[in-house]
Amino acid sequence: MSESVRNTALFAVVAGLILLTGFMQSWNSALFILNMGLISAIMALGVNLQWGFAGLFNVGVMGFVALGGLAAVLVSMQPVPEAWEQGGTGVIIGLLLGAATVFAAVMVMSRMPKGRARSVAVIAILVIGFIIYRRVFDPSVLAVESVNPAAEGYLGGLGLPVLVAWPVGGLLAAGAAWLIGKTALGLRSDYLAIATLGIAEIIIAVIKNEDWLARGVKNVIGIPRPMAYEIDLQNTPSFVETANNIGLDPVIASTLYVKLVYSALFLVVLLLLLWMAQKALHSPWGRMMRAIRDNEVAAEAMGKDVTRRHLQIFVLGSAICGIAGAMITTLDGQLTPGTYQPLRFTFLIWVMVIVGGSGNNFGAVLGAFLIWFLWVQVEPIGLWMMQMITSGLPEGSGLKAHLIESAAHMRLLTMGIVLLLVLRFSPRGLIPER
Amino acid sequence: MDLLNALVALSNFVLIPAIAYGSQLALGALGVTLIYGILRFSNFAHGDTMAFGAMIAVLVTWWMQSVGIGLGPLPTALLALPFAILGCMAFLLLTDRMVYRFYREQKAKPVILVIVSMGVMFITNGLVRFIIGPGDQRFSDGERFIISARDFKAMTGLKEGLAIKTTQGITVVVAVICVALLFWFLNRTRTGKSMRAYSDNEDLALLSGINPERVVMYTWLIVAALATTAGVLYGLDKSYRPFVYFQLLLPIFASAIVGGLGSPLGAIAGGFLIAFSEVLITYAWKKVLVYALPEGIEPTGLAQLLSTDYKFAVSFVILLIVLLFRPTGLFKGQTI
Repeated sequence: MSESVRNTALFAVVAGLILLTGFMQSWNSALFILNMGLISAIMALGVNLQWGFAGLFNVGVMGFVALGGLAAVLVSMQPVPEAWEQGGTGVIIGLLLGAATVFAAVMVMSRMPKGRARSVAVIAILVIGFIIYRRVFDPSVLAVESVNPAAEGYLGGLGLPVLVAWPVGGLLAAGAAWLIGKTALGLRSDYLAIATLGIAEIIIAVIKNEDWLARGVKNVIGIPRPMAYEIDLQNTPSFVETANNIGLDPVIASTLYVKLVYSALFLVVLLLLLWMAQKALHSPWGRMMRAIRDNEVAAEAMGKDVTRRHLQIFVLGSAICGIAGAMITTLDGQLTPGTYQPLRFTFLIWVMVIVGGSGNNFGAVLGAFLIWFLWVQVEPIGLWMMQMITSGLPEGSGLKAHLIESAAHMRLLTMGIVLLLVLRFSPRGLIPER
Repeated sequence: MDLLNALVALSNFVLIPAIAYGSQLALGALGVTLIYGILRFSNFAHGDTMAFGAMIAVLVTWWMQSVGIGLGPLPTALLALPFAILGCMAFLLLTDRMVYRFYREQKAKPVILVIVSMGVMFITNGLVRFIIGPGDQRFSDGERFIISARDFKAMTGLKEGLAIKTTQGITVVVAVICVALLFWFLNRTRTGKSMRAYSDNEDLALLSGINPERVVMYTWLIVAALATTAGVLYGLDKSYRPFVYFQLLLPIFASAIVGGLGSPLGAIAGGFLIAFSEVLITYAWKKVLVYALPEGIEPTGLAQLLSTDYKFAVSFVILLIVLLFRPTGLFKGQTI
């Protein structure tokens, strides 16, 4: 069987699994799997860019995804004029002062000769800058957060269409990635892993706690949609008529319609990014990246600037994760910082890339769909298995109740086992790198 | 008198909690650093190993409580600790046999081992949730305080109270014993010396007839003991929740790297450095400052540098500073 036939067959299997979900369970859940699968595929492309092309170990995917989600709020929500009046300028000035402090410290650090005078100057700038920053920032934040705290209490966004948020999410994530890459790249590979793990936790902490920014754990709900709402569709006579003609209940038809439009939008983004990633992989740039990955010393001897190239690809890959993050928040219609879990948004993406085949864009996409499908379906399957296993036990026994309750935790176990099995027996993944 | 009150408040809210937390971090970081020194990879599953060991301790403690075995004023968990360590040792040896050994024989790159440890982390995490559930479990018993705030006030007549929890006392005592044993083992015994030799220079150690599999086995055994002890102490002091141990991964790694990966002394120093910075920076200084400063210039606000929600940011920033200015850590890393 030739390679392309085999790969097509693999994709067909995954498509078949999703269709099967549609027939066996419901088309709504099938489309849910499809939509999140498309977004997961985009995240997997980003991680594959970093790991598969360049061998960079990024375990902070969650942070970049969350930044994308933040972008969706900052771009698409309506601004809160009262909050801006009360403390908006103060918050902005405070942030600028904070940034100026850091900038001044960095400048002093790089300009002054090494010695005690420099250390004292840097510490003095940081301490004084911090005090001024808190003086300006704190009262403004309090003022902003006291504006109608039940529904607002934050500055709001720009009120632009939510689709604008997707590239903006990418930009935000790219900025964060640049900062972290500047410090941690060029050191040992483990350090990048730990640094990204840390930055992800901090980004989540900031989003959870800075209520003036995006309401923190109070969540932002009702993020505008790029298309019509179900209820409007159900009240549109022409839509109801079409639905009736196909033989569908208008209510179900409207939910399916909304999900399908999302699928189309996500598919366009995925195809675009996939095309770009393929072009990059087969360009001189892509070959250089793989050369650096395979032998850094040799590549450096050939005059390649390894650290700069690493920074470049780290920023690009993180930006893709940011775009995917903005898309998730758009799909959910809300930003709930409490739901960002590293196991779900970082490590699961890694499982996808490794199972699919690191270094191969199609592999990453396939792995994303397959693993996402498993992630969703393992729970019902696990529950069913547990019921089978425990069917011999007497009704009301503690062990039976415990086992059935524990089925919910089958996911992590399964993912770990899948990851270890693939790494051991097929380390190049389902669709290996060519 | 006011200065004394300030000192008592400082000890009560900053020094004692930081010392206890620092001991727990140091024990955790020692495990990470040992694995790095011998097996040469950053073990992402370490937090969940701690959770696994502590889980066995919780289960054994519950069983002991139900049959009426106890230690009187001390928590029963101390009695359960040896069993938990044995269980955790068995678990780690099993993962090594089934997972890590293959990659060691292949001489896989360290980053592959890190990814493998990620898989082990998933499985351990899943197992723990499967067995004990994701919820909050209480298993501490015995006397709650060595000195309670009220007794202290009655004894000294100061306005501020000083409370030392039993768990905090136990944490420090157990940690000191563990560290002393570890250093005795590494410096005085034949196996310990061979471990240090292996960590220093693998080829030279192999040439001088050290059996690598034996070294690796002893490393896992020691790591299991350290991780379980750290996990149980942390669980006793705070409370046992599986996902908390995953979050401890960052401060633990920060401690190990700040101290210098591979250096046990560094891991201890790093643990205390991280713990003290976290507590000092997120503590609201108002109470201490009101006592310590003359009237008129005391602060009006809480005088808190960062809210406690950002304690991870503290360990992270320290980590970044060390990485930027001294990438090998405070104590030169890479040796045991």
